[in-house]
Amino acid sequence: MGQKRTDLLRGTLDLLVLKALSLEPLHGVGISRRITQITKGAFQVSFGSLFPVLHRMEESGWVEAEWRSSDNNRRAKYYRLTSAGRAQLKDEERQWNQVVKIMAAAVQST
Amino acid sequence: MEPGGEDHGGRRSVHVNPDGGIMAKRILSLFRNLFRKRDMEQALDEELRSTLEALTQEKIEQGLSQAVARREALIEIGGIEQVKEGVRAVRAGHFVEELARDIRYALRQLCRNRSFTAVATLTLALGIGGTTAIFSVVNGILIQPLPYSHPARLVEVGLDLPGINQFNWPLSPPEYVTFREQSRTFQDIGLYYTGFGGNLYSANVTGFGRPEHVPALGVTDGVLPILEVTPLLGRSFTRADDEPGSPDTVIITYGYWRTKFGGDQSAIGKTIDIDGKPSSIIGVLPQRFRFLDMTDLGILLPLKTQSLRGYNYFAVARLKPGVTLDESNADVARMLRMQVERFPEAATFFKEAQIRPNLQPLKQYLIGDIGKVLWVLMGGIGLVLLIACANVASLVLVRVEARQQELAIRAALGGSPGRIAGGLLLESLVLAVIGGALGLLFAYGGLRVLIVLAPSDLPRLDEIGIDGPVLLFTVGVTIVAGLLFGSMPAFRYAGVRAGTGLRETGRSVSASRKRHRARNALVVVQVGLALVLLVSSGLMIRTFQALIHVQPGFTAPAEIETFHVHFPPEMIKAPERLLRLDHAIQDNIAAIPGVSSADFSGAVPMDAGAESDPVLVKDHMLQGQLPPARRSFWVSPGFFSTMGIPVVAGRDLTWNDILSKRPVAIVSENFAREYWQNPPDALGKQIGGSPRDWRQIVGVVGNVHDDGTSQEAPATVYWPITDADVFLDSPAFALRSTRAGTESLMNELRQAVSSVDSDLPLYQVHTLDYYYSKSMARTSFTLVMLALAGGMALLLGIVGLYGVIAYSVSQRTREIGIRMALGAQKRDVLKLVVKGGMGLTVVGVGVGVAGALGLTRFLSSLLYGVKPTDPLTFVVVSLTLTGIALLACYVPARRATKADPILALRYE
Repeated sequence: MGQKRTDLLRGTLDLLVLKALSLEPLHGVGISRRITQITKGAFQVSFGSLFPVLHRMEESGWVEAEWRSSDNNRRAKYYRLTSAGRAQLKDEERQWNQVVKIMAAAVQST
Repeated sequence: MEPGGEDHGGRRSVHVNPDGGIMAKRILSLFRNLFRKRDMEQALDEELRSTLEALTQEKIEQGLSQAVARREALIEIGGIEQVKEGVRAVRAGHFVEELARDIRYALRQLCRNRSFTAVATLTLALGIGGTTAIFSVVNGILIQPLPYSHPARLVEVGLDLPGINQFNWPLSPPEYVTFREQSRTFQDIGLYYTGFGGNLYSANVTGFGRPEHVPALGVTDGVLPILEVTPLLGRSFTRADDEPGSPDTVIITYGYWRTKFGGDQSAIGKTIDIDGKPSSIIGVLPQRFRFLDMTDLGILLPLKTQSLRGYNYFAVARLKPGVTLDESNADVARMLRMQVERFPEAATFFKEAQIRPNLQPLKQYLIGDIGKVLWVLMGGIGLVLLIACANVASLVLVRVEARQQELAIRAALGGSPGRIAGGLLLESLVLAVIGGALGLLFAYGGLRVLIVLAPSDLPRLDEIGIDGPVLLFTVGVTIVAGLLFGSMPAFRYAGVRAGTGLRETGRSVSASRKRHRARNALVVVQVGLALVLLVSSGLMIRTFQALIHVQPGFTAPAEIETFHVHFPPEMIKAPERLLRLDHAIQDNIAAIPGVSSADFSGAVPMDAGAESDPVLVKDHMLQGQLPPARRSFWVSPGFFSTMGIPVVAGRDLTWNDILSKRPVAIVSENFAREYWQNPPDALGKQIGGSPRDWRQIVGVVGNVHDDGTSQEAPATVYWPITDADVFLDSPAFALRSTRAGTESLMNELRQAVSSVDSDLPLYQVHTLDYYYSKSMARTSFTLVMLALAGGMALLLGIVGLYGVIAYSVSQRTREIGIRMALGAQKRDVLKLVVKGGMGLTVVGVGVGVAGALGLTRFLSSLLYGVKPTDPLTFVVVSLTLTGIALLACYVPARRATKADPILALRYE
């Protein structure tokens, strides 16, 4: 979980968090685990980065939070994507694909 | 610190978010962040705790022991506090950033529609500016009028003598000494002297070239310490300065020090000649020193109480901490009883006059009843502000209506009603703030005008300005105004259903009633409020008319020039010599070309200088009862002809009467009628100031409204001026000439006086018209201010009505087109539109009349010769308002009739 790994996440953490939430509402630890899972272990998000992002998204109305009982009967704060969040996810995905395309072309052009 | 997620901040704005509700949402989180900060912190705590637990549980399930699992979990979270800081930074940064963005958005919206913004801000600025200006006066005069520390403990100590119908009497030196020595409730008490009758205390100062007449204040040693004033330089008076025979000392004011000594510190110890006595300067007062409402005060002189006589000295005291006014009144009553024991010769008078203490908070004493006028004006301008708000609300409603589609899109995209309402409200607040800022400028200018217009009995008017409390008030008014006119559209359109606005993009045959209801209500309110204000100013106009039509008792006051001279008492002690000098001056001014008559007297009518003294009537003596006090003038021959007061019966005084000291007097007609019904029957009757001193009535003259035309003319007695030596050394001269008030006449007057005594300055130089208008100053001030408020109200109300009618016409263009295509005549269309507007007007007038009937009674103390419910005023104002409203409806109606049916149908 070194600084270098986090650097890899620059510009992509929003997208990863939105993606992680796109299937079902999750709490903080769940989101972290889901990101590790969908990136096949490549990215492990620190909580120091994750929580500010979640709260910012909540302010922006992309996610909604709700206190719920978790599987083992503990209360936890679950985050759920709103319709604005879904629109945002689509947008970010489109942009990301564009960037990847452009960058791939740029890299190959040499 | 720079949390990882923050890096994305810049990118978010790249994505165009069609949801305009963002702004609204920001406002909600603004409130959440501001008001629910503690909740936020708790929620964050809890979230982190539950995260920690979840992680620990996970690790226990992986086979770690409880303790190790917890430690591992803590390490993984990476410091609870750091995480919290990261979140807080996002929240706070968010708040500031988003608010700034939202305000930018609101400003952009306002810029997009410039004419709307201009009209709305100007309207608001008028309302807020006017309110601020009047409030700064109210604040300066009514709320904090005393520039002293702990002003609440300062009281004016006076006496009431209901037995002889005298109230708020000053003290005499013996009472002062008793109160000073025996009081249990005063921290200290001091006497002060501002003048006798209409003669403001002043002294001739020589030593700076031309002799000058300087306004003065006499004080005992207690006064300055009681006000907690310490001299800027030198020292205050001490008890020793009050002793008779002690060296003459003087304290000068800051202004006098600057003009005469150029602010030179060496002024202390210098000697100036005051009324012929060399007096050494012992102190200079600080710049901010004011004595009650006295302006231009130059010098303070010690009152040498032991050499003083008579009830001529006002007293100010500082109460001990925690003492109430009632306790202090009881204390003074106790000391008055002591006074009776000490001075048995005063006992009868005290008993018959039913003497009792009258203590008033100094603030109330200073303000008097001017508060009524100011609160009426404050109420009036408040109504104007309300009308302005209604006007802007109406404008905002129209604008929001035009933006319905935008709002509907927001709603469709998930903007909650609260968020949309918040957004609309923020726009209104931004509008209000711009209006408020402009209003402050208006207030600044308006205040200058107000100070010029205001009657001179507004104390300390020159010091009124826009200070901290006034600014705070303006900010408050601005926000309240913004919420007031902003809440209506916010609530009305926040609930817009996603579907409605989207569907209703196109053609509507005619505006639905519901959509207009809010604005119609606003117009009714505007018309109603405007009517209240117009009725109020109408009543003031009627009052003013009534006052002008009252004959004051004298004629052509603009042709009567008056002035005072002051012979220093120490220089000329013999009354005979003074009389000769006064007579010589009178002769000199009477000889000036164009002067038809001249006289001198203790006071001139309406200058508030004449006093009231008990007058005995020989054939109407009542045992054991003091005679009522009567207005008393001491006059020279020629007084009545100069003033234009007619002699009803008998004759005027003659110089023969004066010089041979004949016991004669003249009374007013109402005085004569009170005792003898028929004025000529008064001739030959005996009256007097004491049972040993009878005077024969030789003449009866017309009544004079000495207290102003709004008051009954008091029963008056005119004594020969030689009966009161005190007036001989500072008489008021008067002369009748068509040149009154001109500079050339003034020069000739100065010559006429200086040929008698070259050291005599003229002061209080005014035509009688000055005092006459001054007696109506409050009425005219209230009149002008209410008329201004009424005019503003009328303008705003009519603009509001016009706006609503014009808008509804533009909305109904299609309907009107169809009507005309189907054969409706222009007249019908005209009638249709005008009817709508007049319906609103009539309801508004009805509401206004009801409101005015309830509210004008607050004016009643300012009215004269007219009832607060004066039918004429109500009818005329209602008709005028309706007439103007008709015009406001007619103009857009006419435009509607000009519409081409074909174009109208194609419209939209």
